[in-house]
Amino acid sequence: MDGVVRPDPDTVWHWLSLVPDPEIPVISLTDLGIVRDVAWQDDTLVVTVTPTYSGCPATGVINLDIETALRARGVAKVRLERRLSPPWTTDWISAEGRAKLRAYGIAPPVDGTAADGRLAGRISRLAGTSNLVIACPRCGSAATEKVSQFGSTPCKASYRCTDCLEPFDYFKCI
Amino acid sequence: MSGVEQKALFDWLCRMGDNCLILGHRVSEWCGHSPVLEEDIALANTALDLIGQTQLWLGLAGEVEGAGRDADRLAYHRDAAQFRNVLLVERPNGDFGNTLMRQFLFDAWHMEMLRALQGSSDARVAEIAAKAAKEVAYHLERSADLVIRLGDGTEESHRRMQKALDLLWPYTGELFMGDAVDQAVAAAGIAPDPASLKAGWTTLVAEVMAEATLTVPTAPFQHKGGKAGRHTEALGFILADMQFLQRAYPGGVW
Ligand SMILES: [Zn+2]
Repeated sequence: MDGVVRPDPDTVWHWLSLVPDPEIPVISLTDLGIVRDVAWQDDTLVVTVTPTYSGCPATGVINLDIETALRARGVAKVRLERRLSPPWTTDWISAEGRAKLRAYGIAPPVDGTAADGRLAGRISRLAGTSNLVIACPRCGSAATEKVSQFGSTPCKASYRCTDCLEPFDYFKCI
Repeated sequence: MSGVEQKALFDWLCRMGDNCLILGHRVSEWCGHSPVLEEDIALANTALDLIGQTQLWLGLAGEVEGAGRDADRLAYHRDAAQFRNVLLVERPNGDFGNTLMRQFLFDAWHMEMLRALQGSSDARVAEIAAKAAKEVAYHLERSADLVIRLGDGTEESHRRMQKALDLLWPYTGELFMGDAVDQAVAAAGIAPDPASLKAGWTTLVAEVMAEATLTVPTAPFQHKGGKAGRHTEALGFILADMQFLQRAYPGGVW
């Protein structure tokens, strides 16, 4: 093996847990739940990653960051693979990741509230309202309102707290 | 897979990808021009989702074709007659209301289509559909919400939304018209017969328009041609803008 580093997958998972998400650097790639598999194929370390949103511009940077981090640990051959199925869900964001998001000022996703596109029959309740209560990450108040379904990135919605008046991002459930 | 099926699948994948690409480009034209910042951001994010889905559909199209063309090559190096998007998505943006009306009419179809495709006999198609459906569910909630709020809004917003619906309505029929390509992929269990999506779409559109206090047009005339590469002049202007850099500097990268 002439000094080639070939760490076991658990060690690699730990290293990846130290790689920050490029857009929300307080959480790591493993907190986000986008690393789906780590395995050796002969002398190549294959890391399987699933995209959050199909058009997420951070995907390329994430792959580069993974490669850079692993090379810095001495792994010579790394291959990134994309896996679409099952599609990423915010349910995979770790408990630790959620706590970090909240502390950073982003309301974490409320599980089980993803839009399902089944609007027929509930149209009259749709217009201008949100059936979700999102607590303000700054003051904890439940008196918040949705400003827009899409926030600073595709994964977030814009909200506003009507008590402390702070605008904030909500990491929406998908 | 037989050669005929493969050609049909390639054409069909280009239709899916081109619908997302051209609508995504249209919506992105709003960037920096929307009535308010939040809507500007929302439109840009919708466009981003659609361009991402384009990469998946056209990426698979290139793979199926097996001629070495990737998603970028297909997006930037085909001429208008090779594009397979429906005419609806190339309609000019018009005002904000017209853009949202076009988005809703498309989203309502897109959701039905993606839901059906999750049962595709082709696992690659099913997994792209499952991914895209999660994003499109949010597009649909937003566009339906805004169509209702603007339709049932002020006298002026109502007037504009009715005008948008009347203008765009003759471009919706093409979404449900089938041809030999559709028959081939339907026979292979890859995609649904387009006509089968019409009932669900019609129900949802009727319900949203009723809530928006808008009148669904009844004139039967419907334009068609986009799916076969016969486009309106609008597509040429989109491509001139979208493809310029890759045409002037082929293979150019950041
Ligand atoms: Zn607050």
